[in-house]
Amino acid sequence: MTRLTSLTAIAVALSLTAGCAHRRTANELPPEPPSATAAETDATGNQDGNVTGAPLPGSRGDFLQSVPADRVFFDFDSFALDDQDRTTLDAQAAWLGRNAGVRVTIEGHADERGTREYNLALGDRRANAARDYLEARGVAASRMQVISWGKERPANPASNETAWAENRRAVTVVPE
Amino acid sequence: MKALLALFAVLLASAGHAQADPQSAEPPPLEVDVTGGQRAALPIAVPDMPTPQESATAAGGTGALGRQVADIVAADLRNSGLFTPIGPGGLHAVSFPQVTAPDFPYFATTGAQNLVQGFVQANPNGSLTVGCYLYDVAAQNELTRQGYVVQPRDWRRAAHRCADAIYSRLTGEGAYFDTRIVYVSETGPARRRIKRLAIMDYDGANHRFLTNGQWTVLTPRFAPNQQTITFMTYQDERPRVMVYELDSGRTRPLVTGPNMTFAPRYSPDSRFIIFSMAVSGNTDIYRIPVAGGTPQRLTSSPGIDTGGSYSPDGSRITFESDRGGSQQIYLMDADGSNQRRISFGGGGYATPVWSPRGDLIAFTKTGGFRIGVMAPDGSGERILTGGGYAEGPTWAPNGRAVMFTRGASQGELWYVDVASGATRRVPTPLGGSDPAWSPLRP
Repeated sequence: MTRLTSLTAIAVALSLTAGCAHRRTANELPPEPPSATAAETDATGNQDGNVTGAPLPGSRGDFLQSVPADRVFFDFDSFALDDQDRTTLDAQAAWLGRNAGVRVTIEGHADERGTREYNLALGDRRANAARDYLEARGVAASRMQVISWGKERPANPASNETAWAENRRAVTVVPE
Repeated sequence: MKALLALFAVLLASAGHAQADPQSAEPPPLEVDVTGGQRAALPIAVPDMPTPQESATAAGGTGALGRQVADIVAADLRNSGLFTPIGPGGLHAVSFPQVTAPDFPYFATTGAQNLVQGFVQANPNGSLTVGCYLYDVAAQNELTRQGYVVQPRDWRRAAHRCADAIYSRLTGEGAYFDTRIVYVSETGPARRRIKRLAIMDYDGANHRFLTNGQWTVLTPRFAPNQQTITFMTYQDERPRVMVYELDSGRTRPLVTGPNMTFAPRYSPDSRFIIFSMAVSGNTDIYRIPVAGGTPQRLTSSPGIDTGGSYSPDGSRITFESDRGGSQQIYLMDADGSNQRRISFGGGGYATPVWSPRGDLIAFTKTGGFRIGVMAPDGSGERILTGGGYAEGPTWAPNGRAVMFTRGASQGELWYVDVASGATRRVPTPLGGSDPAWSPLRP
């Protein structure tokens, strides 16, 4: 659901900015953008309110439009990245390479099936796994900071496998 | 059978005054056995406490206070799961002269084995004296007497101390009613939960908030000397451990530096705090003087080492680690040496907390999220809570009861008597999590 929401947000942004020169990832996006309103928000509660034109280069909206997702997902009690995560992070690293002035925060999160303190440490592991990958792809360490939220900020508050999968995540947050 | 007893105790605990039925209990021994197998709740009469002279005080009239003190004494004893209070409602009134000369034949007809009497008196200097007397009804003799001089605003403390004296005399155990709880008050949707530090008496009275909710706070702990509270905050989006001074209200970071610090707990002498610090994805346990200084690293495994808790003599630390592939409970000496695993019961174990008595370590079993206890050598594992998500135990200062968080999405505070398994919810104005029980108040 979160991934869908992110894709939807990207698609909406794309539909509003047809012809934009930065649409280099168009072939990775769903072919038919839904006619959802621009009020879609992503799971971090952020919104691309720029409904009248293209997002500014280097903005959060530009980032969300340019990458497959702002987040990667993890297996239960794991902080290992899979191929899909690496694809996502490769795109994020490329965008950060084009926008060298942008600093990001990488948030690590856990699902509710862990004790509070362990989940803080697990979220830190996940944020650092994404951070380390981005650094290996050329993003300067000084441009990235990590924060773990443990299980304190679920993207999906439900208690089921779908929600847990959405909540085990590391989110790259570009300033608005 | 244990479950039945627990259910029985819960039913008793939730019953009103008039529900106490002395016929339903086996004739109990004179003393309450909190460690053995027989745990019939002891019927104990708690009539209203008279006043020698009706006087107005800052907390109300002394006559009304006498009734309220008796209510609290009865509630405390009931909360323990070990007693079945009879009264105050429905009992004959006790006159002031009768406080030291009880009508034993009458109380024998109520089925009570023991009797609590007392009085509330206003003193010329504005303070209150609360007298507290415990009698054996059958033997017709006095077992203990206590007097408490308190300011009117502290009248509830006098009641708790009276109940503590009775509990200790009849069980042989340490007291725990005159205590406080610091915890995290929760409200709002899960995605934007507001978490505030709050403090209250152990029974939920005198509740107040310590933080305004602007920043998420987690895992508060009382200093054994009760002068400070340590907790974790996301203030300024920098998750780290803070020290809060109860008298001044001042807050300061425990450790400087950019890394996340969490899972703090005091040493028994209140001089040190052990905490976890995450450095580049690796979490280890460190120790630092409460007053500040250089952190000393105690663990160095590549796994997650967290949840440290001192033994009551300060010589050892129990903690959790996933260094072996799953969360398990470990021990080490206080300097970090001699690390060894003690949990081998199958499944995962987290949040070990050493009992103030030293005899048990409480933990969260991660598979079904239940609270359990085991001996410090890992033997005698026993699960205390049934269905429903539970985590994060904290010990009563007498080591006979544990409070914990129940509910994954909307937290509640619950309490379990370790011997009887009797559970009850601790009232909080909003949701609650991460309770920490104070020592007995000075």
